[in-house]
Amino acid sequence: MKFRYKFYLILVFSFLYIPICILIFLSFNKSGMPTSWGGFSTDWYVKLFENKKIFYAFLNTLIVASISTILSAIIGTLLAMGMELKKTNNFIEGIAFVPMIIPDIVMAISLLSFFTLIQMTLGLHSIILSHVVFNIAFVCAVVRTRFKYFDHRVIEASYDLGAKKITTFYKITLPIIFPGVIAGSLLAFTLSVDEFIIAFFTSGAGSSSTTLPMLIYSMIRFGVTPEINALSTLIILFSFMIVLLSQRLNKESIIS
Amino acid sequence: MKKIFYVLLFSTISIFSAKSDIVVSNWDGYSAPDIMETFQAATGVKGEMSFHATNEEIMGKVTASKGEGYDVLFVSSPFAEALNEMGLLADIDHSKIPNIENFYPEAMNLDFDPGNKFQVPYAWGTTGLCYRSDLVSKAPDSWDDLLSPDDSLKGKITMLSTDRWLLSAGLLSLGYSVNETNESKLNEAKAKLIAAKKDLLAYDDTTFYSKLVSGEAVMTHAWDGWCNYAIWENPDVKYVIPKEGSDLWIDTMVIMKSSSNIDEAHAFINYILDADVAAWTINNILYKVPNEKAMTATAEIADSFPNMGMSVSELSSYETLKDVGSAAKLYAKTVSDILSD
Amino acid sequence: MNTIKNNILILPGVAWITIFLFIPCLVIISYSFFERGVYGGIEYNFNFDNYNRVIEFTYFKILVNSAKIAFLSALIAIVIGYPAAYFIHLSPKKYQLILLFLVMLPFWSNYLIRTYAWMVLLNNQGIINNTLLWIGLIDEPVKILYTQSAVIIGLVYNYLPFVVLSIFSSISKMDHNLIEASKDLGGNSVNTFFKITLPLTLPGVAAGFVFVFVLSIGNFITPDLLGGGKFLMIGNLIYDQYLSARDWPFGSSLSFVLISIMLLLLFVQAVLIRKNS
Repeated sequence: MKFRYKFYLILVFSFLYIPICILIFLSFNKSGMPTSWGGFSTDWYVKLFENKKIFYAFLNTLIVASISTILSAIIGTLLAMGMELKKTNNFIEGIAFVPMIIPDIVMAISLLSFFTLIQMTLGLHSIILSHVVFNIAFVCAVVRTRFKYFDHRVIEASYDLGAKKITTFYKITLPIIFPGVIAGSLLAFTLSVDEFIIAFFTSGAGSSSTTLPMLIYSMIRFGVTPEINALSTLIILFSFMIVLLSQRLNKESIIS
Repeated sequence: MKKIFYVLLFSTISIFSAKSDIVVSNWDGYSAPDIMETFQAATGVKGEMSFHATNEEIMGKVTASKGEGYDVLFVSSPFAEALNEMGLLADIDHSKIPNIENFYPEAMNLDFDPGNKFQVPYAWGTTGLCYRSDLVSKAPDSWDDLLSPDDSLKGKITMLSTDRWLLSAGLLSLGYSVNETNESKLNEAKAKLIAAKKDLLAYDDTTFYSKLVSGEAVMTHAWDGWCNYAIWENPDVKYVIPKEGSDLWIDTMVIMKSSSNIDEAHAFINYILDADVAAWTINNILYKVPNEKAMTATAEIADSFPNMGMSVSELSSYETLKDVGSAAKLYAKTVSDILSD
Repeated sequence: MNTIKNNILILPGVAWITIFLFIPCLVIISYSFFERGVYGGIEYNFNFDNYNRVIEFTYFKILVNSAKIAFLSALIAIVIGYPAAYFIHLSPKKYQLILLFLVMLPFWSNYLIRTYAWMVLLNNQGIINNTLLWIGLIDEPVKILYTQSAVIIGLVYNYLPFVVLSIFSSISKMDHNLIEASKDLGGNSVNTFFKITLPLTLPGVAAGFVFVFVLSIGNFITPDLLGGGKFLMIGNLIYDQYLSARDWPFGSSLSFVLISIMLLLLFVQAVLIRKNS
């Protein structure tokens, strides 16, 4: 690949990662405050591991994000397919769009009022239900971009050749839209992992349904503790290693 | 595969869902990290601590859900008042909180809830100016020093943006009440605050003390307890209450009417009122508490943090913020006008 | 594709959104026709007062400002993100997924923390200013933090990955033979880009633009922290109405107006796209 392309990508990645480097840097800062360097220290990592609150919140976040991503990937893809394979009316278009544009505070309050009205108990499950709503819209929107120049004749050809609907789906449609589904799922996971206001309103009271963003925001009054910097560093490093690992596995399977 | 997943999921959820007797919501870091464990050791009641980031969020949540799921909340006084008016609070039964005898008499007779009928104060203090004494040419003594600053200070000032405190700065500087509802007086304050915006570095409710320490800001609109964090990092930082006055802010504990564990909720509040527990707040959060026994026991803290030694008679001479009732819309619009200018 | 099968496909999505968004929101939006009670509840007397308030100058000004900031952020994000998506697409296939992951990775840290990191970078004594001063490029710190530019930087930063992902999804669908053909027929790179590539990837670009615009306009953390609270955007305003002012009716009317304007924009965009294809 041409050098100037690589250079541009390096620039963009630098932009994306500079704040992350700051984060990592601060997680080793003894003084904890962003404005002064107090010396290198791994204290915050130690404090992090002693902090059960953060650990449980992190686990909750993973559970909520994973489940809501899986659910919304399926439902959102189906919705996208339905909308693209046959012309839909404006009403459906609107429904698929509204979850993205609605201010999250409105969604948060209306969902809580609704759950209270139907007397549903709150907990992680209510957060998941709520996150799926906006994730469906985002997955749908991304998957639909794969369809715009989709040649419908390929599907028809497949039926003509005698393939069943399911086979056609698995062998023709799915591979074509798959990158869109992955991209949409990545998006959904990221949105869910970072979302706090809907989570706050739709969670049950108590630490069993506190997610990490909720916990971090609640620290805002008395100072976001540097343990969070340590946690963020670990999350990034851990995810990075998983990515490298999958790359390693991929290489091996190509060779074998 | 799916089955294993659901089994894992539900077992994980059930691990943390061991039944608690009460659920308390507070700001993170506002009480000791192990308070629920020590509370259980002392009383046998199992409690869980939940967190909220701002008064407004917990108010929104509790309003929408009618208080479901919570037993005790920590909220600032105007919000406690509003919750009470909305009928969401249980009466405080003083016979169940004997430790309240530790309180200063003034703390039993607060303007917005004389006799502490629907809330129990947790911490209190004032709002004033927190500044770098080594970087100002003259020590500030008036709200106008903040609102119409010296040229050398322009661009190095921060103000609180939480609506009531933002407006109080303007109202107090004009000699008006912090609970003023007269529209023309509010407009006067608004004009002054809009003019002050030009010289601001930023509105900042949460990181202004670190700006003081770094020197990025030289004078800030601050709550006294927060100023102590700056003082702790840099002894050149000083706190002063402007001559026009301050407000007495109070963070309170309330019990939800919807709670099915009223007795246990009272037990929690009583535990907080214990002098040793209250002393934790004094020593670690650097906030004043209305608990006379605890304050006297930790009096030497005023040597490092002068505002901790403020006399209770002076404290109670300041107005407490009250819910402004039907003037709320006017307040909201005024604040929007200022912040969007 | 026959209608019944199609309806089954869209049913779960439509049903979920209807039950868990539409109905709850209908209730909340209905509040916009009522009034705030004295202490924050609802007084059920039907009127249009809240809508009259929305068109007052203060709020109109906030809406326009927010739209401006959101628009700029979306534009910049597209300009930065498009080449990035394209070059990732040009990379060897085995690296593409990893590069996409790497684009998303920073956003698995927390929004608040990332914003604090930007504050550290951009403030007057921050790393960027210190570096520029040290190099000698400037004599005095450049005021970046607490300006509108800082807000835009923050918004672009937070939503850039969405742009990259959505454009990538669209680019990788493109038939590269068309590009080859264009070059064979004598088109230069620039022409090829604007006449072939860009139009073919427009859905991804449009989706990305809409994402950033919509997410930016409702954002309240970034204008608050990076803008120093000096640039009240519609997201902050709506948040304030529901939580600080406890005026749900007015918050609902503001939301309703905002959503209507967005839906209108979507409708216009759909019509334009239909006209072009």
